[in-house]
Amino acid sequence: MLFAKPGPPNDLIVRGARVLDPGAGIDAVLDVRVDGGTISELGSRLDPNAHRVVDGEGLVLAPAFVDPHVHLRTPGREDEETIASGTQAAAAGGYCAILAMPNTDPVVDSSAVLGSLIETAGLEAEIPVGFLAAISRGQQGAELTEMVELAEAGAAGFSDDGMPVTAPGLMRRALQYSAAAGRPIAVHCEEPTLSRAGQMHEGAVSAELGLTGYPSVAESVMVERDLALAAYEQRPVHVLHVSARESVEAVRVAHAAGVRATAEVTPHHLCLTDESVRSLDANLKMNPPVRSADDRAVLIDALRDGTIQAVATDHAPHARHEKEVPFEAAPFGVTGLETAFAALWTHLVEPGLIRLETLLQRMSSGPAGIYGLPEPRIVPGEPANLVLLDLRASRRVEEQAFRSRSANSWLLGERVTGNVKLTVAAGRVVHES
Amino acid sequence: MTDIRVVRDDLLPPRTGERRHLISISDLTRDDVERLLATARSFARSLEREMKKLPTLRGRTVVNVFYESSTRTSSSFELAAKRLSADTMSIKASGSSVDKGESLKDTALTLGAYDPDVIVIRHPQIGAAQLVAQATRAHVVNAGDGKHQHPTQALLDLYTLQEEFGRLDGLHVAIVGDVLHSRVARSLIQALALVEARVTVVGPPTLIPRGIETMGCETSVEIDTIAAADVVYVLRMQRERMQEGANYVPSLREYTTRWGVTPERVRAGQKIMHPGPMNRGVEIDPRVADAADALIETQVRAGLLTRMAVLYDLLTTGPVGVKAQTLHEVA
Repeated sequence: MLFAKPGPPNDLIVRGARVLDPGAGIDAVLDVRVDGGTISELGSRLDPNAHRVVDGEGLVLAPAFVDPHVHLRTPGREDEETIASGTQAAAAGGYCAILAMPNTDPVVDSSAVLGSLIETAGLEAEIPVGFLAAISRGQQGAELTEMVELAEAGAAGFSDDGMPVTAPGLMRRALQYSAAAGRPIAVHCEEPTLSRAGQMHEGAVSAELGLTGYPSVAESVMVERDLALAAYEQRPVHVLHVSARESVEAVRVAHAAGVRATAEVTPHHLCLTDESVRSLDANLKMNPPVRSADDRAVLIDALRDGTIQAVATDHAPHARHEKEVPFEAAPFGVTGLETAFAALWTHLVEPGLIRLETLLQRMSSGPAGIYGLPEPRIVPGEPANLVLLDLRASRRVEEQAFRSRSANSWLLGERVTGNVKLTVAAGRVVHES
Repeated sequence: MTDIRVVRDDLLPPRTGERRHLISISDLTRDDVERLLATARSFARSLEREMKKLPTLRGRTVVNVFYESSTRTSSSFELAAKRLSADTMSIKASGSSVDKGESLKDTALTLGAYDPDVIVIRHPQIGAAQLVAQATRAHVVNAGDGKHQHPTQALLDLYTLQEEFGRLDGLHVAIVGDVLHSRVARSLIQALALVEARVTVVGPPTLIPRGIETMGCETSVEIDTIAAADVVYVLRMQRERMQEGANYVPSLREYTTRWGVTPERVRAGQKIMHPGPMNRGVEIDPRVADAADALIETQVRAGLLTRMAVLYDLLTTGPVGVKAQTLHEVA
């Protein structure tokens, strides 16, 4: 289900880092040895055994991150991102696995398109990448894709992300049929007649700026609908990029009723509010939009208490010339792979809004569990999926430093703390700084 | 060139050293507003003379770029620049490279290459003025960007009110109509809040934006509430901005019946304003528009003075350039 270019596994010792794997119950200063890409030993003063030694003193070594929601723009917009550039960006962000959404041109709705992506990933993916296929052909919301064949061809799950599945009847069929495909359904919840022409969160700021409002209820009525259908069909459902208080409340109610619902939230929804849109910077335009301070607080609570299992970047690269237009004319979406950890460390952990252990879990095993991917663990015998973090180093986010082909980051020019020093994905060192 | 001799400090903007723009009323302080209105007043006196042209901005270049149709705003900006002896150039979207698909940024870069002192821009999309400000070294004046802002309209409205009532604070203005789609309303509500006037927004519930109260106004769906105001400010019912099938109002007929400003709904002595262009018989009854209490033509005259004041204000602390005479000397 995950695909990457082949490469020799590495031997390595990370010396004296604070090893922090909340899932394995580890929080101690230790040496970690990797033999042939597999974690072989944790201990103190380990024999280097002629391995390369990385000095981890003063740093944190954690299970590498998993991003369940990126846009690699391939096929169709390789000027914005490719599998190579997107996975390099992910490596730089501390990720050992990412999942790409199918809203490309053409849409990933047949095993032929999926097969060509898998083949390309095998040639150029720096870290393991998986692909979701569409729920409906062409993401048109009318006919189901051949989900069983797509699952057999390697689809990690199904989503019409970017577009809602408007018809409840089709959504119901997708949930029913996904049982045969055995892969999860991920839903982009947006009621299009309520969000129509929406540019930003509807509230006091949109009233003042004159930008057409995209109300919270445009999301939450669809979250409620999809959770009701999932409950009725007793099928799991994953809610993409939750942005509103009402949506979180709906997920809580569903959990209490025993619905197997999971949810994700983006760094920008966790860090920003609609006040930021006053700048009319097109890099603050995304779908769903960043919402009120109250919504943001509820999202942080939900991430903390586990109502939301995963941080997902919704990394959405856009060509510079397409964002250098008046706010109203700009496309939705911001990048996130290379800044997610630093953004969340700076805006959430440092101010004391969430514990580091919780964040690490929500960026790694949390998202992996949603799609049944192997959960990264710092345990002997496991493949080495490691991220070495410098929690004191800070930097200014600059356009030139991105590995991504696009630089439409909401953090441009901002100072952030928390650098990824080293990433090991599937036993290979894929990033060092 | 004579030396700069500051005679009236109170009419000179603060010397911040930064390149200044007028993009939103929220960029202004109350002091800024008072200064602009005072400057406009001194221009009113100078325009009473037979020779109306002032040499103040001689050698300066003002470029007007209009991506939307406009009569009042474009003509008054052009005349304002000419009255101050600036060189002007007016570009309309139709017939320019915009027709060939040129982006706003490239148009801005092209015009910026002539090194204009001021670019006045009207554009149908929110954020256009910001973009031009980032792409060029000119001072940028927003002459309307989508539903966002139209700051010189609000300033000319304040000027009109000040001349009529001799004061601004404590005035009660009822703004009637399609507030949701109105950049005029947004700028005016902010401007009136800045000078501590009272604002009541009146219209169909679907056309009053959720959260507008935080801008410092009251809201009402009852047309009768306009009777309590000193001034009734009627907004254009912007048919061209109504997306098809959006159902903001069931019909224009119902709108006019419920919210049209008719002689029966206004008090004697109540002043009437409208930013133009009017839809007579839709949002405003012709008898109201033509009544003695209507200030609509005064608004148009105020537009010229206010826009002269804005151009003067932006350029008196401009970078390097020709700066021959102080306001006192010319006015």
